Amino acid sequence: MHLTSLRTISPALALAMGLAAAPALAQEQTGGTLRLLARAAAGTIDPHINYTLQYFQLNYILYDGLVTFRKAEGAEGFEVVADLAREIPEPANDGTSYTFELRDGIQFSDGTDLTAEDVKASFERIFKVSGPTAGTFYNNIVGAEACLQSPDECSLDEGVVIDEEAGTVTINLTEADGEFLQKIAIPHAAILPAETPAEDLGTEAPPSTGPYMIESYDPNSTLAMVRNPHFEEWSEEAQPAGYADAINYDFGLTETAAVTAIQNGQADWMFDQPPTDRLAELGNQFAEQVTLHPLTAMWYAPMNTNLAPFDDVRVRQAVNYAIDRNALVSLFGGPNLAQPACQILPPGFPSYEPYCPYTAGESDTWQEPDMERAMQLVEESGTAGQDVTIVVEDTSVSRSIGVYLQDVLSRLGYDASVQPISQNIQFTYIQNTDNNVQMSVSQWFQDYPSPSNFLRVLFSCDSFTPGSDASVNIAGFCNEDIDAMMDEAESLTLSDPERSAEIWTEIDRAVTDAAPAAVLFTPKRVDFFSERVENFLFSPQFYWIISQAQIDQ
Amino acid sequence: MNLSSSARTDSSAVEPGTGSAALVAESPWATAWRKLRQDRAAIASLIVLGLITLACLLAPLYAQMVSGTDPFTTNLGGSIVVGGESRPILAPSTTGLGLGTTPIGPTGEFGPYLLGADAQGRDVAARLLYGGRNSLFIAASATLICLVLATAIGTVAGFFGGMIDTILSRILDVLWAFPIFLLAISLSIVMLNQTLRIGPVEIGSGSLVLPIFIIGIVYIPYVARPIRGQVKSLMSAEFVIASVGIGASSWRILLKDVLPNVVPRVIVFLPLIMALAMIIESALSYLSIGVQPPNASWGTIIQDGQSLLYSRPLVALAPGIAIAVTVLTLNILGDGVRDAFDPKSSVRIV
Repeated sequence: MHLTSLRTISPALALAMGLAAAPALAQEQTGGTLRLLARAAAGTIDPHINYTLQYFQLNYILYDGLVTFRKAEGAEGFEVVADLAREIPEPANDGTSYTFELRDGIQFSDGTDLTAEDVKASFERIFKVSGPTAGTFYNNIVGAEACLQSPDECSLDEGVVIDEEAGTVTINLTEADGEFLQKIAIPHAAILPAETPAEDLGTEAPPSTGPYMIESYDPNSTLAMVRNPHFEEWSEEAQPAGYADAINYDFGLTETAAVTAIQNGQADWMFDQPPTDRLAELGNQFAEQVTLHPLTAMWYAPMNTNLAPFDDVRVRQAVNYAIDRNALVSLFGGPNLAQPACQILPPGFPSYEPYCPYTAGESDTWQEPDMERAMQLVEESGTAGQDVTIVVEDTSVSRSIGVYLQDVLSRLGYDASVQPISQNIQFTYIQNTDNNVQMSVSQWFQDYPSPSNFLRVLFSCDSFTPGSDASVNIAGFCNEDIDAMMDEAESLTLSDPERSAEIWTEIDRAVTDAAPAAVLFTPKRVDFFSERVENFLFSPQFYWIISQAQIDQ
Repeated sequence: MNLSSSARTDSSAVEPGTGSAALVAESPWATAWRKLRQDRAAIASLIVLGLITLACLLAPLYAQMVSGTDPFTTNLGGSIVVGGESRPILAPSTTGLGLGTTPIGPTGEFGPYLLGADAQGRDVAARLLYGGRNSLFIAASATLICLVLATAIGTVAGFFGGMIDTILSRILDVLWAFPIFLLAISLSIVMLNQTLRIGPVEIGSGSLVLPIFIIGIVYIPYVARPIRGQVKSLMSAEFVIASVGIGASSWRILLKDVLPNVVPRVIVFLPLIMALAMIIESALSYLSIGVQPPNASWGTIIQDGQSLLYSRPLVALAPGIAIAVTVLTLNILGDGVRDAFDPKSSVRIV
């Protein structure tokens, strides 16, 4: 998922960081209104469509799926727990069938009961609204292929079999999928009322099952959430009750203005990263109100493997050798906000084993650039002097990184230029092969904690769709041998998870060696909250658990 | 009045005591220049503008001899000696939570980093001068393109009238109907996202030609319309009617009678349009749709400085002041030129 998309932390690193501790609670405090800030809204509020971190974070406390990620800090936050289902089912029929028993007495915020029919309709709706992950996460549900072909006529009668009397839902898959429970734990598989229109809801939020419901949404000003009057806590680990009575999410303030508002107690938290020139001030004067969390994410520079000069692996490797990751960490805000990286999987992620072939000296982690080796590779490739354009987002950090990379490419002998384009369109622009983007700067944040979410999603042949705005394999990298390894790793997820993890580690190394991208650094998340916010809990899956914040009144 | 063809005598041009024998006609250009020289504010503006231009032209010399750094390459790990003490160009915070890095501020010494560094560790003073070169070059070039095209369109429309006038006027109306920034931004997005090919000429997305062309186009209606009106007015002037009467060709009337009378007004427009071009260039560059990085203009430097407003405000303030001073001098000069060439005119561009 992209920057405006899901981001998480590595629990191991989070613990190792010695984080600014969340204020200890003297006693639980309920009530009050939280005021959250973001520079802009994140589009449609439809939980089956919105694919941004900003609203995923809300949707985790507004809606529920059959299962969800545990609302907890640290490694526990990566665990999938039963939510609307009573318990996590054991897969049957060689991992191709899951039967969920629904909890009794759960109601939507409009007072209607949640039924098995709602579950079936919700899974069909994922396809009817052409959800962004319909074809990648849910395509192996029986009947999904037909739904993808004809979304309007989608029927999952065989894929999602319900028994209203027994209150059970059986999901049948075409083949075993060891990540299926994780995939249905994200908000795209939230259960909505069966009568929810099969179209993008835009600003009209559907009834919810979580502790809050959306009262109003105006993308130009505010998203207002209030308590769901029909919510009764059924599982503290899946969906704990909220503390604040209301949550107002206001849009429009710049990051600098948001920092000032929080400092003055006029707001409680900001979604966006505080601007770099305020970081020192926050770290010194407001250290008690700041938390830092390493993320299982990466900033990286995809290089188009189908366009010169990056169609030559030596050039891609040369770029990797030449980049000074420490310089990029400085641009991002310093060593306490990011750490250099040069492999695809981030530290602390499943199957991660330190590996860095692009550093001077022998080391598993990046130490310093090797310009000599880089120049040698460029000379061998005979590509020096060619034009290279780097497409970056029109944000200060992305532009800075672009200018730095332009500098690196110039030193390697290329005629490089930087092209900043609007943050709103850059991510789709760089995916479309029609735009002939040679190199770009982007970010990737996990959807769920599985190596396939980095390696298969970003670097498999399946993820490369020429001419499409939704071809997230930006580098256009397609290696059939590596794809075969991915297939093998996935097939072993349930039967031999240890071997599967080992294969993913090998794939990580193979992709890193092929260098379809230059991984730059692993970012950390800075949260700045007001003095009155207590019990700031940080989930590695979806960040601040807003419902658990208490307001010191 | 035909400034070039009429033998106009200005009594103020006669030196006292020279007698009638010395009574000579002063050319309209000499008259205008004399009037301009008498306008102290305009001359002061001209001098300031000249100094700014000269300083910007000497940017490479400054970068080499004084700054000693390349203002277009990053210098994130470097350090300099200030007051006998070595200081990093980009200093990571070492207190509190240790968040953020701060570029070196103004050193106060006439040498490297006189005005400090930007977030990429580049010398702000050197970039300011290089940026000024681009801003002035783009503004001047765009102004020339605008005035040449606007004069041609306005003159042709006013002189030939009829269908030609109707077609050209409607084209100008369409251009005029768009808010300037909307038009400029639309053109920029279309042109910056792809290489422009005009016959054998290929213009890359980072070329300065693009902002020049974009800015040159958007102000054409603002100049062409008044010129068209003046030409239509001139067509009924006695000297034009006389030229027609003696059988002069259309081209002769256009080139010898009409155009020379239009030129003074075009000259009046020059500093005013240039001031506007400078502002629009800065705005477009600030919005990342003008000069492309790592190249600099005053607008891009302001954008670079935006992320440092709290810690290093001079990065944004310096180019902002440079733009303000330059535009102010151009406007004062424009008033002086207008008074000198066309005192009855009320040229205003809104």
